[in-house]
Amino acid sequence: MAEGGVSKMAEGELLIKNGVVFDPINGVKGEKKEICIRDGKVVAELKSPNVKVIDAEGRVVMPGGVDIHSHIAGGKVNSGRLFRPEDGRKGVAVRTKVCRVQSGYSVPNTFATGYRYAKMGYTFVMEAAMPPLAARHTHEELVDIPILDNAALPLIDNNWMTMDYVKTGDTDLLAAYVAWIMKATKGFGVKIVNPGGTEAWGWGKNCGLTDAVPTFDVTPAEIIKGLAEANERFEMPHSIHVHTNMLGHPGNFEVTKATYDLVKGVKTAKDRQVIHTTHTQFHSYGGTNWGDFVSKADAISDYINQNEHATIDIGSVILGDTTTMTADGPMEYSLHQLTGRKWTNHDVELETGSGITPFLYSGKVSVHTIQWAIGQELALLVKDPWKVALTTDHPNAGPFIGYPILISMLMSKKRRDEAAEEMHSAIFKRAALPSIDREYDLNEIAIITRGMTAKALGLHEHGKGHLGVGADADVAIYDISPEERDAGKIQKAFLNTKYTIKGGEVVVKDGEVVATPAGKTYFVTPECDEGLTEEMLVKLKDKFEHYYSVNFNNYPVQDAYVPNPYEIKASWSG
Amino acid sequence: MGEVTDVVCSLCGCVCDDIVVEVEDNEVKKVKKGACAVGKSKLMGHGRIKSPAVRERKGEGESGELRECSYDEAIKKAAEILAAARRPLLYGWSSTVCEADKVGVELAEEIGAVIDNTASVCHGPSVLAIQDVGLPSCTLGEVKNRADLVIYWGANPAAAHANHMKRYSFISKGFWTAEGKKAKKLVVVDVRKTATAKMADVFLQIEQGKDYLVFSALRALLYGYEDVVPDEVGGVSKEELLEVVKMMKEAKFGMTFFGMGVTHTGGRHNNIVNAIQMTRAAHTHTKFSIMPMRGHYNVAGINQVCTWETGFPFAVDLSRGYPWYNPGELSATDLLIRRECDAALIIASDPGAHFPGESVRHLAKIPVIQIDPFPNPTTEFADVVIPAAVSGVEAEGNVYRMDNIPIRLRKLVETEYLADEEIVERILQEVRAIKEKEGKEGE
Repeated sequence: MAEGGVSKMAEGELLIKNGVVFDPINGVKGEKKEICIRDGKVVAELKSPNVKVIDAEGRVVMPGGVDIHSHIAGGKVNSGRLFRPEDGRKGVAVRTKVCRVQSGYSVPNTFATGYRYAKMGYTFVMEAAMPPLAARHTHEELVDIPILDNAALPLIDNNWMTMDYVKTGDTDLLAAYVAWIMKATKGFGVKIVNPGGTEAWGWGKNCGLTDAVPTFDVTPAEIIKGLAEANERFEMPHSIHVHTNMLGHPGNFEVTKATYDLVKGVKTAKDRQVIHTTHTQFHSYGGTNWGDFVSKADAISDYINQNEHATIDIGSVILGDTTTMTADGPMEYSLHQLTGRKWTNHDVELETGSGITPFLYSGKVSVHTIQWAIGQELALLVKDPWKVALTTDHPNAGPFIGYPILISMLMSKKRRDEAAEEMHSAIFKRAALPSIDREYDLNEIAIITRGMTAKALGLHEHGKGHLGVGADADVAIYDISPEERDAGKIQKAFLNTKYTIKGGEVVVKDGEVVATPAGKTYFVTPECDEGLTEEMLVKLKDKFEHYYSVNFNNYPVQDAYVPNPYEIKASWSG
Repeated sequence: MGEVTDVVCSLCGCVCDDIVVEVEDNEVKKVKKGACAVGKSKLMGHGRIKSPAVRERKGEGESGELRECSYDEAIKKAAEILAAARRPLLYGWSSTVCEADKVGVELAEEIGAVIDNTASVCHGPSVLAIQDVGLPSCTLGEVKNRADLVIYWGANPAAAHANHMKRYSFISKGFWTAEGKKAKKLVVVDVRKTATAKMADVFLQIEQGKDYLVFSALRALLYGYEDVVPDEVGGVSKEELLEVVKMMKEAKFGMTFFGMGVTHTGGRHNNIVNAIQMTRAAHTHTKFSIMPMRGHYNVAGINQVCTWETGFPFAVDLSRGYPWYNPGELSATDLLIRRECDAALIIASDPGAHFPGESVRHLAKIPVIQIDPFPNPTTEFADVVIPAAVSGVEAEGNVYRMDNIPIRLRKLVETEYLADEEIVERILQEVRAIKEKEGKEGE
């Protein structure tokens, strides 16, 4: 069903020998194994007598990391940069022969974003929220991020078209709209953020899961179910990707569980989850207010353990200052009211919105400490790592550059205990983390950072997240032996690879960026029935004629914005 | 070619995209629909710089004459000036497309320049205010569909953004505003009775430089501190202020647009901080947003590009090899007043007409490269003049509307002129060639 687009792969042959390979999609759990690479792909064997050889000398080798959810490009990311010069200054770095200038910590500039991810061994990142009307902006920045292959999820849930069709129950027409938006934005999958709540925020209000959205007379629950069904009308590589209602509110774990239940019976068009809920840490809260706030990671994990239709990413907290940003406008306003810090908001007509405010996670504050615990609890309490992805919802719970800290925490009970000792005592009373003994092994780390994420996004069918024959030659070689147990050494190794190889080309060596090839942008083209599309367009064109401030013909993202395309066609599955 | 629809205007921050033109014999013959008078004039075309040129001077201090030359010669000369400069300034970037701006940042990195854009003499104070308190805002379509109260403060769209009220705000009709202006209220705050003020339901004629006080009074009233507000503030009576506050509280969706009447009067960025704080105060009662009336069609765009590439929106010094931001020190006028820069590239802007005299005097003394489709006062002292295609007529590319919505300019006719992007790219390549040669000779 899929055709790769034009891509620039390194020519020639490369052999990685003496590495201890963790390739969970192919069932390889720490085996000494050679990786043969030709013209940017993994191959069974090499032909040339004088290939380039990298001797991994017993180090850990994994497929390139795949981030399932990160805010790296587009309007709100850039608004975050613009209004936080104090964050910009934190990350400045001098240009080199191969690297452009760098700035920023929680909101790094485009160049730094590419370099820092690549240094951690990541080669694919999903931009998690693209407002359709501003999709050109997201793509302009994605093009400017070096090295990383990328994609973006258009926001489709607060759209008036979506709500109109959900109200009338026309799932096929809703599917036609989803298909059109996917093509018009060069998007990858259906993103849902506080469905209904962001539209209500147009009037300064918010919406609970079963409240009627003002004027539109549909509930968030109906929107989620409708979009889940519409998504499965096509062989979409990814499921609906949901930021559930009531993010960050004490007691919201019930909303999260109810959301999973909504779509439990939906039949998928591909062998994958029905729903992926993102930054689930922010949605696993118990209590009724910040005073009696407790972790409910156990309840959410139990649900995930007992059901097969849902996956999560954790959105785990990194202590320190960061910049929060989301299409969930009302939530950012609440946060701003809580802290009194600066606040930017940007509502987008007929579609979505966004809010941004800085935030400091402090280990001395009880609530933050419990939040810090919840993300890790989710990873540790969900038994099957194929249901969990490592994220910080960059930069919301902390910048992506903190991933190595989380990896070291998940791998070391000792490190978690040491950290807990330094933190607010609430962690021992209102969180479960100190009582959890489980430690991740490297195979499980490989699952939650590349195997699971590639599969949940359907990218394993397109050469991502594994090192089987035919896969993209995206490889990370970490400077540790598989026996390493020292949390500090693990953290250091996952921050700066010995080698990162992207499409067969060495892009990072000894923790330094040595080449900056352009990444590809992956997008999905759902193949929709023409009759349905025509019928849908009548309604859509009416919206443009009367309510949008941009003309219909100027709306779709032109090909010029995606110079390195990788198109995935998704056929109608009915 | 005939009729072309959905043409995008490259004049002001409104970036109207519903224009219909008639193209014949590779010329825009007629603007049939959509554009305002000024936009129409831009689309139809007017006096151009005819040819690349370099200034020949017989002696020191002589004004000299521009001698027409080839693009190759002008670009080579420009590159020589920039490669030799110790403190180059790259300024403008607002009336061109983002694709050109991106190459501009790359050039600035390559030569260790200060890159600055017209925001620094326009809505720079607004940017500083946003960095202090943030900006609760929205897209223009939100205003069109929801706003029942529109405030223009220190802005006169009837003259400066002629289609703004019709397309996006007071006169437009949207989903909850189907009756148009009949169901809306307009408040105008200004120091004189402008054409926009004449349309207002309430016009607050404030004293010059008293914006900060009036914002403060409105804030106090919105927060319920009526007792601290005196009977008269900045030339406006307390009754008038109370009337406006009542309108703000009763609105379902209020919107403030502010212009350079607020950014360029006493208090400058503090005025905008206060305007934003007033918006927050109103937001405790109802939905309220605020937006700067950006001037050039892509001044928002260069702020965007400069921010995602360097981390900072304007006044960025790249001489250290990493981005360093300090407006007030590194904005173009400041550098020039201190006579710090020794060469400048001016693109898509006219500091010759708009900078303070002291800045212009220094600019006239140093080698200046100008890239622009049209001659302007900067041309009078430019040492290298490089004509460019008109973006939106002869070249396509991305721009950001005043509400930061990206729209692609269309190309309507063919031209012999090079596009800004190509000119800057060729200068960059020439600079690299010079540096490489020097590097080799130095070895």
